[in-house]
Amino acid sequence: MFLANPNKLREMGILGMNGRNVSYIARHNPRRLFPLVDNKLKFKLLAQKAGIAVPELLGTVSEQHDIKKLRSMLAPHAQFVIKPAKGSGGKGILVINEQRHDLYFKPSEEALTNAQIELHVSNILSGLYSLGGVPDIAMIEAMVQLDPVFIPYSYEGIPDIRVILFRGYPVMAMLRLATHVSDGKANLHQGAVGVGIDLATGSALHAVQFNRPVSKHPDTDCAFSELKIPHWDHILPLAASCYEHTGLGYLGADIVLDKKLGPLIIELNARPGLSIQVANGTGLAKRLEKIDALAQTDHSPQERAAFSQQLFRVA
Amino acid sequence: MTPRFKLAVLVFVLVSSGIGLILYKHFSLGFPLWPGDKQQVWTIEAKIEFVAHGDPVVVSLALPDNPPHFINLKEDFASSGYGFSQEKATVERRAKWTSRAVSGKQTLFYRLDVYEKKGAHLKKSFDPPTPLSPVELEEPFKTAALNLVTDVQKRSVNAETFTIELIKSLNSPDLEQSVRLLLGERNNERFKAQLAIDLLSLAEIPARIVRGLYLESGRRRQSLVSFIEVYESDQWQLFNPITGTSGIPENFVIWQRGGQSLLDVTGGSQSLVHFSMIENARASRDLALRYGENTKAPLIDFSIYSLPIEEQNAFKYILLIPIGALIVVIMRLLVGLRTSGTFMPILIALAFIQTTLLTGVLIFLVVVGTGLIIRSYLSHLNLLLVARISSVIIVVVAIMAGISIISQKLGLSQALTVTFFPMIILAWTIERMSILWEEDGPHEVLIQGGGSLLVAVLAYLCMTNRVVEYFTFNFPEVLLVNLGLIMILGQYTGYRLSELRRFRTLMEQDVSSKSK
Repeated sequence: MFLANPNKLREMGILGMNGRNVSYIARHNPRRLFPLVDNKLKFKLLAQKAGIAVPELLGTVSEQHDIKKLRSMLAPHAQFVIKPAKGSGGKGILVINEQRHDLYFKPSEEALTNAQIELHVSNILSGLYSLGGVPDIAMIEAMVQLDPVFIPYSYEGIPDIRVILFRGYPVMAMLRLATHVSDGKANLHQGAVGVGIDLATGSALHAVQFNRPVSKHPDTDCAFSELKIPHWDHILPLAASCYEHTGLGYLGADIVLDKKLGPLIIELNARPGLSIQVANGTGLAKRLEKIDALAQTDHSPQERAAFSQQLFRVA
Repeated sequence: MTPRFKLAVLVFVLVSSGIGLILYKHFSLGFPLWPGDKQQVWTIEAKIEFVAHGDPVVVSLALPDNPPHFINLKEDFASSGYGFSQEKATVERRAKWTSRAVSGKQTLFYRLDVYEKKGAHLKKSFDPPTPLSPVELEEPFKTAALNLVTDVQKRSVNAETFTIELIKSLNSPDLEQSVRLLLGERNNERFKAQLAIDLLSLAEIPARIVRGLYLESGRRRQSLVSFIEVYESDQWQLFNPITGTSGIPENFVIWQRGGQSLLDVTGGSQSLVHFSMIENARASRDLALRYGENTKAPLIDFSIYSLPIEEQNAFKYILLIPIGALIVVIMRLLVGLRTSGTFMPILIALAFIQTTLLTGVLIFLVVVGTGLIIRSYLSHLNLLLVARISSVIIVVVAIMAGISIISQKLGLSQALTVTFFPMIILAWTIERMSILWEEDGPHEVLIQGGGSLLVAVLAYLCMTNRVVEYFTFNFPEVLLVNLGLIMILGQYTGYRLSELRRFRTLMEQDVSSKSK
């Protein structure tokens, strides 16, 4: 089959890009609130103030001449992540998990010199990765320590959990696993594996890579059927609490599990993608309509998470 | 619901006022809807020749005065060495050339451009008749004339039938005795017309002579044809003095009404006037614009047409941009093509208009391809972003200069149009593409670059379509319709074509899970 039948898609409740933009983002996400999530530094400061668990901020570089101080700033940290504050789609994120002999090693074992790191930061400041090319700030964050449950499923990157929130209610979730093909990135269109997650239990439903169903991780060969995300009862309320702090009605929350710190919000997204539907094998539209029909939404994040777990139980 | 309703009202107002204005311009101001519409414009030339004797000369020629169902475009009086003036009396308009002392053979020209008003009502003349002047005839002509008039009066009931019967008598194959006497040897149409006027005058029917020209292309040395006009029930009616048919024939320009002379020359002799004419096709739009009856209509007076020609030409392109924008909206919202930069394809399409498509695409590929290679080298040099983009701009300029010079040497003049490409846009495209290449690989570059090029080519094809080009320039009101359309598309929440492909595996899963 070359093309899907649009009537069938509508019947399945698949949300399209235009539908998402017009019916949800334009209606529920006021433009003035976008900088809160588009600027990761702003969000980080907001989260620290609000007590939302996030990875630790090790430092920032905001001026080109501060790049010289980068080496001394990075010296005490063996592992860190450099990110553009206004980057989108995972662009410009550099993960270093080892420092040795004045060389920095990416998870793929590729070695970078100090000059290369400095060029990367300089590019970030010039606005290479930011929307519209506006000048940006580079953030240096502590690297998240992989939770042992994900060891069989991770390759060159930390898996993250994407939860879609509508009016503060979790409506769908997936686990994104970097692969060799995706070059350690967690973007599905680059070849990462998306695993649909049952909102009620946190266990894997089914997985896709490049829009095709897969049953095991292509690099580690571990089957997804046994996968169940730990701390699930903490993850959903944590994600749901982002609604109060940002005011964005349609939101994607990206969460990682740290070995010691537990679930941490690494990023919020005001225009979350639609691949989550493919990973779950289900459409978003019907779930969104159910939440839209709710008259009262002033519940606490815990109550909303519990409500969604009941409402969207799969098994 | 409310914003949706507001949008619907707004779109309705925009689209209906746009279409309304277009229809108004078409039907009331005569703007043709299609570019090919042409109309025949006739250039009529009157050539006056006479021999002057060194005395003061006054030449007076009757001019057509707003001939019915023709529109005068322009008049031209070529008369070197002569003073010139126009006189307008109640019934006719005359041109008057004067000179104090000329001698020898003289030639004067009067040129007139007219075109036929399509669908115009054949307006009859309503001006009141001049009082009948008594006809002086000598015997035996007087008796013959009176006999003929009484004879015709017996066969007719009113002025119209009288005229028709009279013309019949004057033209019947076997002429009556009285008619033969009256006509004598001068059996031509001009004399017959004058005779008919005199006879009508005897019967106390106001009548006058009408002179005009049949428009036939390439005719030279023509004389005016005489018709007779008869006044009855408050209007003038035209009759052919030979056939007796009434009404103004097709392609007939009335030059002069009334009995005054066509040409008067004082101070000269052997005067003659000849007419020649030629037809040529002119775009109906130009005629409507320049010479239509409503050039002061606000829609024309306060429009792009009131700008100088150079600015008009600039607007020709500017007005095409919304069409490109519509294509971009359709390709992105309905088809779901990814392009690098939202409106970059329009700018590329505008450059294609200057370069022509094939050359344009080739130049684009060469410049961007070469730029990408050089940009990948620049990325090793660790430059700051602004400096790097500036370097890319300079490289693009150098590539353009190189292409121009090489093509000049090879004699490929087409490639010289490379300068029409917007440099900054090319430089940014190269920068974006090379970042895309590093981050997402060549596959993504191919998708976005190909998407941009495809949209640019589609926009080019639409924008260079003759009908589109004509329509956007001559009916800028179509902007409103375009705006309405884009607004409707902005509310489209359905699937994009690319999503039908993206989500097709979901359907397979759905089918398989149901079949289990």
